[in-house]
Amino acid sequence: MSDAILKVEHMTMRFGGLVAIDDLSFEARRGEITAIIGPNGAGKTTVFNCITGFYKPTTGMLTLTHENGDTFLLERMDDFRIARHAKVSRTFQNIRLFSGMTVLENLLVAQHNHLMRESGFSFMAVLWPRGYRAHEEEAVEKARYWLEKTDLIHRADDPAADLPYGEQRKLEIARAMCADPVLLCLDEPAAGLNPKESDELNRLLLSIREEEGLSILLIEHDMSVVMNISDHIVVLDYGKKISDGDPEFIRNDPKVIAAYLGVEDEEVEELAP
Amino acid sequence: MEYFLQQLINGLTLGSIYGLIAIGYTMVYGIIGMINFAHGDIFMIGAFISLIAFLILMSLGLTFIPLALLIVLIVAMIVTSAYGWTVERLAYRPLRESFRLAPLITAIGMSIFLQNYVQIAQGARVKPLQPVITGGYTIMEKNGFTVQISNIQILIMVLTVALMAIFSWVIAKTPLGRAQRACEQDRVMASLLGVNVDRTISLTFVIGAALAAVAGLMFLLYYGVIDFYIGFIAGIKAFTAAVLGGIGSLPGAMLGGLIIGLIETFWSAYFTIEYKDVAAFSMLAIVLIFLPSGLLGKPEVEKV
Repeated sequence: MSDAILKVEHMTMRFGGLVAIDDLSFEARRGEITAIIGPNGAGKTTVFNCITGFYKPTTGMLTLTHENGDTFLLERMDDFRIARHAKVSRTFQNIRLFSGMTVLENLLVAQHNHLMRESGFSFMAVLWPRGYRAHEEEAVEKARYWLEKTDLIHRADDPAADLPYGEQRKLEIARAMCADPVLLCLDEPAAGLNPKESDELNRLLLSIREEEGLSILLIEHDMSVVMNISDHIVVLDYGKKISDGDPEFIRNDPKVIAAYLGVEDEEVEELAP
Repeated sequence: MEYFLQQLINGLTLGSIYGLIAIGYTMVYGIIGMINFAHGDIFMIGAFISLIAFLILMSLGLTFIPLALLIVLIVAMIVTSAYGWTVERLAYRPLRESFRLAPLITAIGMSIFLQNYVQIAQGARVKPLQPVITGGYTIMEKNGFTVQISNIQILIMVLTVALMAIFSWVIAKTPLGRAQRACEQDRVMASLLGVNVDRTISLTFVIGAALAAVAGLMFLLYYGVIDFYIGFIAGIKAFTAAVLGGIGSLPGAMLGGLIIGLIETFWSAYFTIEYKDVAAFSMLAIVLIFLPSGLLGKPEVEKV
């Protein structure tokens, strides 16, 4: 049992008359993989958008705590400050790479803040290129580490748009990791992957958790991913939390089975082998 | 041949000035997808700041020309950048989330404002500057016709090439350049990776204004006279150059600038000087008919 890295308390998000999220509270614990699941339109991506500052929640409080005790109230911060100071990174359901830039450049953009500081807003880089080059090499080294981990090193200088779908997904994760996050939010990372690729993804995510001690927040439809790797699952339906617990508990929770998995027995069988 | 060579030199000089201004248009278009119509007037402001700085330095008794030029260049770049930053902050940023035509209209308003502001503050009359850089070289002499390249022409071309080289390097290799390209492609994603998008856009305007200030100084030194209206014609020409080269493309802006400069010069030399603008704009129309995205612009290919 570890402490909470992200605490969501009484979060509500309204779009006009539509209540996308209704009084949601949950916790994501440090060093664990927390999955958010639910039927289509349950508000999962909206939760992510609120956490990463893309939307401002109508009410509620989102507290992120770093290991050293620094706390950030995410609902009060601009999106780039959330990435920069609170160190939350995310990926998207529909991949959002900088398609005209090379794979390596995509990873360097993620290290923008560090490099910008070291290069004196790039002006010092013009005046004194040698001093800047060392930092640039450090950033490239880090990018290379993640490219090797995701098996993309041979594509480093290709335009990101030329990668096949599965590799673009991995590149998005690599890019998020280059931003040095403490919390990684993955929005359906396994969507559109074949079984072999989603198996690789499982291993990548587990190794990120083990080796980097990172906390991961995951939205996923692919139950083989969710049940295999998550430590803790939150189930949403119509913007409300209907269940919250470990995979074993979720699998047997009648409310989840009724609302999310449907009530037919075959489907339940499939998920609880 | 001699005549041709002479016109080539003149055309390249003019083209360099257009190219420097065109970069400002193309960069801003690239990052926020709007045409900054006030950019020509930022160039005019740059020329005026240069003139004022020169006159102040001369009245202070600074007669060593290279040093004076360097100081004027730096002062003009800094002050003009401040104008560029302010214009963006006041007229464009508040409208960033608005519909696309709104900043276009404020840009035209800003352009008119800047022209009138300079007209009132500096007067409507033409402002002369005595030749600062004189002399030149005779490249060849034949049939009683001499081909000359003046020192100021050399300075303009060398400075333009140097600035282009530095600038291309900044865009390709520095964090700022990468952030600019990232914002061009996906502003939201760049922001989620911690890039301060507002600041990146501001810096784009600042760089564009600094280059326009250099162009303004060059214009002042080359022609020796400026008035509050030079920004309009030069701005339209540079905008044409940016579109001709493929708006959004930096090498395209430079190439477009050179082409417009050359066409204008050659047309005035071999045909009639009155129709030089017609020739330049016709060229734009012809190129756009056959290459709708300009000479070096990449057509948008949407993957489905």
